[in-house]
Amino acid sequence: MPKAGSGLSLDGLGMPLWLVLELTYKCPLKCPWCSNPVDFDQYRKELTTEEWKDVLREGRKMGALQLGFTGGEPMLRRDLEELVEEADRLGYYTNLITSGVGLSIERLKALKKAGLKQIQLSIQATDRELSEKLVGLDVFEHKIEIARTIKAEGFPMVMNVPVSRYNIEQTEAFIELAADLGVEYLEFANLQYYNWALLNRAELLPTREQLARSEAQVNAARERLGKKLTIYFVVPDYHDKRPKACMNGWGSIHLTIAPDGTALPCQEARLIKGIKFPNVREHGLDWIWRDSPGFNQFRGDGWMKEPCRSCSEREKDFGGCRCQAFLLTGDASNTDPVCAKSPDRHIIDALLSTAEERGPASKKPLIMRARGLLKRKVFADR
Amino acid sequence: MDVERRLRPEDVVELNPNYHFRWEEPQQAHVLLYPEGIVKLNTTAAAILEACTGAPSIAAGTAELARRYQKRNLSAEVLKFLEVAHAKGWIRLKS
Repeated sequence: MPKAGSGLSLDGLGMPLWLVLELTYKCPLKCPWCSNPVDFDQYRKELTTEEWKDVLREGRKMGALQLGFTGGEPMLRRDLEELVEEADRLGYYTNLITSGVGLSIERLKALKKAGLKQIQLSIQATDRELSEKLVGLDVFEHKIEIARTIKAEGFPMVMNVPVSRYNIEQTEAFIELAADLGVEYLEFANLQYYNWALLNRAELLPTREQLARSEAQVNAARERLGKKLTIYFVVPDYHDKRPKACMNGWGSIHLTIAPDGTALPCQEARLIKGIKFPNVREHGLDWIWRDSPGFNQFRGDGWMKEPCRSCSEREKDFGGCRCQAFLLTGDASNTDPVCAKSPDRHIIDALLSTAEERGPASKKPLIMRARGLLKRKVFADR
Repeated sequence: MDVERRLRPEDVVELNPNYHFRWEEPQQAHVLLYPEGIVKLNTTAAAILEACTGAPSIAAGTAELARRYQKRNLSAEVLKFLEVAHAKGWIRLKS
């Protein structure tokens, strides 16, 4: 998921410093904001263990340093431990991004032995009922138990909270939970609206007032807890006046490999129609990163139109997010409509107004992540 | 909140165990790697971290730097950087 708040601003000297491996799109959870494509079940030919190892070796040769194992749910890959071991041997800093479903004390011990450095565990609610409502399965108690086991095994841990209007009122409870679990980092990742989250945007967007209260609670907790807990607050970009510096620029430091081997400048980029993204089964990673048309499409600022082209901030935010420009304006080379200078900002303002007018009691069903968008699974509020 | 006192030359500091400090050949620089983050260090910062974490004291590390770089009166500069590193959580006081 593209992030603004916890990301880094760093000149990678043209190297793909961050390599993200989406090992699978499969996941037992049904989160209605999933960042995977809405037709995730159409991509079936997952890379094999050996193919992933080739990616790891090539990536490291090109200077990749931080490595994320994600999905879908990466624990569904039985070769995860083997891949972590190879990545650690090659010198990556290895991060596992997981829902915790499929994690057990045995696998945690095996991952530790394989050299895994860090675990990011998602927690969607601070109580069982809301958790089940949001992820579609009764997994809350398992998640908490796994969080404790992760800490007991000595991993540093990021507790990741995907924030929507459904759980934003639990901000203080999340902070208490994180402090109680003894995690080092708590990340409030306000949802970014792509794929499944986009389908459910009208119901997920928090109101301005909710957001302001949540941010104030985070700031108070930072004062109170100091170094004991680092809290990241990824602002929902719709509420900002300037776009996020998405991925630190297209093809700048981020390289994602999707389950089927498609190489992407970010996890969402395949939603942009009209760009043919290269596949590691057909091309070397070096060519993909340096020379492929897909990775060069929005590199630098030569592609920019006005108002970005002459903007003094173009090297700060790189014109924002290409996927968002495509989704909301129909043209990926437009200025991200979040920007107050964009002629399309009214689109965002209209969406925000809808959230303000929706009222706290609105109970329209969410479209839960499921195979085959046509047979939509929805939940009624219980 | 912990009362943060200023670092003193007699303090012993160590790298936060959640941070990995190492030379990265492609970047031609020392880096700190931590959960979902990278810090690329300049030569001075890397030299101070290398000398002072694991030394018997900050003063001993500073003396080592003074020998290596043939410089005097490094103490203020070293402490200033270590304060920053401490505030960022890269290093901690060894208890």
